[in-house]
Amino acid sequence: MSETLILTKRWPKKDPSLVGYRADGGYAGLEKSLGMEPVAIVEQVKASNLRGRGGAGFPTGLKWTFLPKDVRPRYLCINADESEPGTFKDRYICEYDPHMLLEGIAITCFALDIHLAYIYIRGEFAKQARALEKAIEEAVAAGIFGGPKLLGKADFPLEVHVVRGAGAYICGEESALMESVEGKKGYPRFKPPFPAIIGLWGKPTIINNVETLANVPWIVEHGAAAFAALGAGKTGGTRLFGVSGNVKRPGVYEKPAGYNLKKLIMEDCGGTASGRPVKAVIPGGSSSPVLRGDEIDISLEPDAIKSAGTMSGSGGVIVMDESVCMVRALARIAMFYAEESCGQCTPCRQGTPWMWKILEKIERGEGTMKDLALIEQLPGNIMGQTICALGDAAAMPVQSFVKKFRQEFVEHIEGRGCKHGETAWGVSRQAREALVGGNRH
Amino acid sequence: MSHHDHSTADRGPQEIAELPKDKVARFDAALPEILRRVPPDHKEAAMLAALRRAQEIFGWLSPAAQKLAADRLGASATRAEEVATFYVMYHTRPVGRHVVEVCTNVSCSLAGGFDLFEDLKGKLALENGGTTADGRITLRQVECLGSCGTAPVMLVDEEMHEGLTPQSVTQILGGLK
Ligand SMILES: Cc1cc2nc3c(=O)[nH]c(=O)nc-3n(C[C@H](O)[C@H](O)[C@H](O)COP(=O)(O)O)c2cc1C
Ligand code: FES
Repeated sequence: MSETLILTKRWPKKDPSLVGYRADGGYAGLEKSLGMEPVAIVEQVKASNLRGRGGAGFPTGLKWTFLPKDVRPRYLCINADESEPGTFKDRYICEYDPHMLLEGIAITCFALDIHLAYIYIRGEFAKQARALEKAIEEAVAAGIFGGPKLLGKADFPLEVHVVRGAGAYICGEESALMESVEGKKGYPRFKPPFPAIIGLWGKPTIINNVETLANVPWIVEHGAAAFAALGAGKTGGTRLFGVSGNVKRPGVYEKPAGYNLKKLIMEDCGGTASGRPVKAVIPGGSSSPVLRGDEIDISLEPDAIKSAGTMSGSGGVIVMDESVCMVRALARIAMFYAEESCGQCTPCRQGTPWMWKILEKIERGEGTMKDLALIEQLPGNIMGQTICALGDAAAMPVQSFVKKFRQEFVEHIEGRGCKHGETAWGVSRQAREALVGGNRH
Repeated sequence: MSHHDHSTADRGPQEIAELPKDKVARFDAALPEILRRVPPDHKEAAMLAALRRAQEIFGWLSPAAQKLAADRLGASATRAEEVATFYVMYHTRPVGRHVVEVCTNVSCSLAGGFDLFEDLKGKLALENGGTTADGRITLRQVECLGSCGTAPVMLVDEEMHEGLTPQSVTQILGGLK
């Protein structure tokens, strides 16, 4: 049986143009939507079991129903920040099929009576921002949106703009994202109130990930049941899994939401590049708890993977083979959160650099068993103690690495150093050909 | 977020009047395109875009350049400074003619990103964040650039280069004048 592809279907053509998209039946979902009652579209998305692809996996249709009935204007923010280490999928939607995203945005806005949408894209994605700008220009010029009507039919003014970030992981967090769109530094807001109630400029705002909204045209066109059937459990559809690290064929793979992690790594990606056994897998971006190589025979469906004590988060799978030092890897992850903590909450501002320093100390061979005890305790002081989830994101990898690979930390302490020496990052350190939705890179 | 300490030597122009007139004119000419994207009653929402444009035109965000952006958006200078110092892509002190930013996060380092960065530090005789004596290159390590599948990667003047090898890095850097 050939697998159904929703998101990557057109990628191999490398044709992001409006002409190409239309030739392949693009904007038929929007066309169909305009003949539907807006609430019926929301009902379809609810019934499709579409869940957020940005990391938290929140049911999309349900989120949409949180908008208060009688407050206008409402806004839509599309999260193209893609900054969780290990995550690299949304960029390809922007590069290879930007109109699929724009169609999803237009349908969503029509369904929710929203007339202004901002695509917030990380500043480092210059090429992708240009691709989106170009697609918006094409769509406006063709009268798809941007004028008084949608597709020249329904009276519905809609403006879509690209907002570029400027380098800050925290701005992927939805409330920090809104601050940034407002032209401020990205300090997360207290929740509640949630953005659907009080969001951008104090108005009701829906925030969804790029991949989430790119699914909407297919759902409208093919129906909620077909989408739900592609997935597993309470998660409908396919997902983009970005696999990186020590695999033979890194890349972005579109698979049913309930796909098996081991199969993805060992079959689709061809196993490790070195042929060495898999030592560790981070299954859903750097904040998701790490798995040992013998724990990966599991479903990636968000609810199913929970029972393995981790999450499929942003779909970013990082694979490490036997030759990689776990203390080295964790220290680098800890550095990331220390650098990216916005500094607003004390436990996170102080705890993240502290964890990083201790881990570097252990890696250098200067750590003590007291340090190990401290590193086991510190994450607990941050978890749940901060305004946003960056604190949890920083704590989870530390907790899980130390728990799963404790012996390696002890060896660093007792042996006063890293036995890997110069090769702490493993022995197969080189660029590899990547497979991105069927494209070779 | 990285916060840089300023030494008095590189504080740059302090007031808008000290900025070159032709460059200020270029900035003003770019404003309508920037403001088109924000609601008229929320001009200050264009702060990130205005600072980006100012940096392109003036090379870095001196206090005067920050004040210019703030002034044109009807925002306070403090607000501009807050934004300029919060985001890592803004340079609040002078940088080289080219900025080279190597990702050393996990996926890149597993593919040799850390080695490439260490190599470059040695070749250019720089520490992280340093600029070559001839002002040609500023080098720094950065966080995950969202291109882990084609690791290792780096940004050169904000454009992405992927699937790097020691050879391709030498070639790319050789092309920077
Ligand atoms: C620290 C932090 C960083 C985040 N970064 C991103 C990101 O880069 N992209 C993204 O889509 N969501 C990110 N999120 C999740 C968003 O807050 C939000 O849940 C998501 O954009 C909602 O869209 P969805 O329901 O379609 O997934 C991040 C969350 C946190 C706490
Ligand atoms: S780790 Fe370098 S791009 Fe993601």
